[in-house]
Amino acid sequence: MQLARVIGDVVATRKDDNLAGLKLLVLQPLTPSREAVGRPLVAVDAVGAGVGEEVFFVRGKEASFPFYPVEAPVDAGIVGIVDHWDLG
Amino acid sequence: MLLAKIVGTVVATRKDPRLVSSKLLVVRPMDPRGKPEGGYIVAVDTVDAGVGETVLVVSGSSARMASGLKDCPVDAAIVGVIDAVEMSE
Repeated sequence: MQLARVIGDVVATRKDDNLAGLKLLVLQPLTPSREAVGRPLVAVDAVGAGVGEEVFFVRGKEASFPFYPVEAPVDAGIVGIVDHWDLG
Repeated sequence: MLLAKIVGTVVATRKDPRLVSSKLLVVRPMDPRGKPEGGYIVAVDTVDAGVGETVLVVSGSSARMASGLKDCPVDAAIVGVIDAVEMSE
């Protein structure tokens, strides 16, 4: 999993049937010191996250597991909203 | 998933039997603000998209979960046509 900030949302009317009702958000991956790292990406939301929040997300086929038994064609998914993090 | 713009089509007569009747498109990934970035990708279209449209591309083994691509040898599929991207900044 990776830390990221939600920086936008995506609207798509014409899409795969198994994406119906899912929220698509734009993520900017972050370092633990909150600097942007890597390219922004689109992820599906499984936890009710919104723009401006810090989240963690999973990449790959596992991103579809929260929607099981629906096989959503997604390769990135938000699976947690971060309250805070500490670096020892 | 990536946002991408469709820039072309691909025609291939000799191909894996499971790709017969798949529409192959060339897409260029872009950042959420519309700036092209990275190389070009060939993706299978599952939503009847066309050249010039902005689309959502799913990569890796997840691409096989797109409609009609079960057990197909693909690693990129177009699963949505983008209407709008709203950014916070």
